[in-house]
Amino acid sequence: MSLIQIKDLKIHYPIRSGFFNRVTDHVRAVDGINFEIEEGETYGLIGESGSGKSTTGKAIVGLEDATSGQIIYKGHDITKASERRKLKYNRDVQMIFQDSMSSLNPKKRIFDIIAEPIRNFESLSKEEEKKRVQELLDIVGMPSDALYKYPHEFSGGQRQRIGVARAVATKPKLIIADEPVSALDLSVQAQVLNFMKKIQKEYNISYLFISHDLGVVRHMCENLAIMHRGRLVEVGTREDIYHNPQHIYTKRLLAAIPKIDPKNREEHKAHRQAVEKEFLENQDKWYKNGRVYPLQQIGKSHFVALPQDKLEGGR
Amino acid sequence: MEKPSDLLLDIQHLHTGFRLKGKFYDAVDDVSLTLRKNEILAIVGESGSGKSTLASSIIGLYDQKNTRVRGDILFNELNLVGLNESLFNRIRGKEIGMIFQDPLAALNPLMRIGAQIEETLYYHTKLNEKERKTRVLELLDQVGIPDPVRISRQYPHELSGGMRQRVIIAIAIADKPSILLADEPTTALDVTIQAQILDLLKDIQDETSAGIILITHDLGVVSETADRVAVMYAGQIVEVAPVDELFTNPLHPYTRSLLESMPQTDVDDEELHVIEGTVPSLDKMMTDGCRFAPRIPWIDATSHEEEPILHEVSPGHEVRCTCYRDFYFKN
Repeated sequence: MSLIQIKDLKIHYPIRSGFFNRVTDHVRAVDGINFEIEEGETYGLIGESGSGKSTTGKAIVGLEDATSGQIIYKGHDITKASERRKLKYNRDVQMIFQDSMSSLNPKKRIFDIIAEPIRNFESLSKEEEKKRVQELLDIVGMPSDALYKYPHEFSGGQRQRIGVARAVATKPKLIIADEPVSALDLSVQAQVLNFMKKIQKEYNISYLFISHDLGVVRHMCENLAIMHRGRLVEVGTREDIYHNPQHIYTKRLLAAIPKIDPKNREEHKAHRQAVEKEFLENQDKWYKNGRVYPLQQIGKSHFVALPQDKLEGGR
Repeated sequence: MEKPSDLLLDIQHLHTGFRLKGKFYDAVDDVSLTLRKNEILAIVGESGSGKSTLASSIIGLYDQKNTRVRGDILFNELNLVGLNESLFNRIRGKEIGMIFQDPLAALNPLMRIGAQIEETLYYHTKLNEKERKTRVLELLDQVGIPDPVRISRQYPHELSGGMRQRVIIAIAIADKPSILLADEPTTALDVTIQAQILDLLKDIQDETSAGIILITHDLGVVSETADRVAVMYAGQIVEVAPVDELFTNPLHPYTRSLLESMPQTDVDDEELHVIEGTVPSLDKMMTDGCRFAPRIPWIDATSHEEEPILHEVSPGHEVRCTCYRDFYFKN
């Protein structure tokens, strides 16, 4: 059985207008999505800004209330706060944020930052606590003199590693990583990704890896979902998505990744523009009144958001 | 070699230092570069490499009191280093257009789009009001904005990030500058929008034959757009090469390490390459010897030059220090 299941999750925000400031419409930030994450796997959730990927992540950790739908963790629906408390869910599910500067308290020392989740959920003696924090810093490759420093004394990559150490402090089962490396330089990004993988192996953690960077996701995730306009347009394994993309939106994203291949630049450009043209001109074929179609299974692990009758023609 | 008249910008031995606790430290250290007509020169480096400092030195946007600029930046025989402010104001915007990373911060939130573009025309051209208005619509059309009349009456917050960046480009090219300076123009944008903006920059170059300096940290962007690439590390240029050459035959250990640390396709079990250590902060920057040496400690000290200089290995391809000859990856 999978670790966590997202079932028909919807998060709608009301739009108020008019004289009485009544709710006149909704922004459908997340509009009915389903996926599940297995134990110990890294699941990729990809989308552009405004696609609803971060909102989904926040709903899973409980920072955002679901309008409808279920999030099933170990057989229990945890969309209610009371249920989350009962299950010690908040201890098992942690988060790594994109901006390490604003997600670490500038007035606290690293020791207190990492010890905070431990203090919340466990009662350890002073020595045990210190030992744990030291271990955690070791795992992410930080020197032990970091303990009594403040966040501003570290570089972006080091801060992000502190964020990783804090997230694993309670030995969670699932970590929501929302764009964990997109603010980092290339060489530092590699370091953080390596540590994330190492920790995953050591503690058997699952990740929900939220990103817009298809290159990084390809490196990290076995299974992934592409999100657009609050819905999933394509779900599959790395192989399915990168080698056999079916939906025009997936193709468009893939075509837009800059390639390290300056010799064939013109071909990339021609391909990219052809895909873009198809995307713009044949909206009706790929979307129903601008809304993404429900997912259809087209392979063992491959789902695409297209109506049945358009599947064959679309190939 | 090209005709000398093709030369737009000739930077010679540029040093830009910042005052820290009473002492000056060079964030840009002895950089020499040229930019020709019709060329996209990419400057690549990580944060702290001095690439943005280089850009602000070129257009003279720095704190006069706490910055020390030495060397020459020749633009049409005019030296931009130490140029007085009123002369510089005639060049900025008119001869050198700027495109910034964050379009929302670069636009005035209280002015309509049309008025912001018109502003630069007002200061730098002799067009009358009616001609200016026509030109604004022309420009909006040129940068691919649909319905220019409507957009020109809107405010920046009403536009999407990609649209705002197009407006910035429209302002930058309004006076037909011969040089465009783009500092991370697509970093804040989604990949699909990034591709559109890069295409737009190329189209504009085809039309105006401007020289473009593209500052970026993204090697993919470089590979898709640049003609020539300069790689910067710790304030110095460590490698310069035509784009094909750089990606097929990268030589400097830093360039090779960067390319190695990119997530490669489909192999997820392998660890990504990590460059040991960190970029030194400005006040701890070493002043002699190869600056990359501390990050590749397994390379024998005798491989490095005492005073590393750029060596030309093939026409247009230069590499700093001799350590590239003996460099290998540790694993």
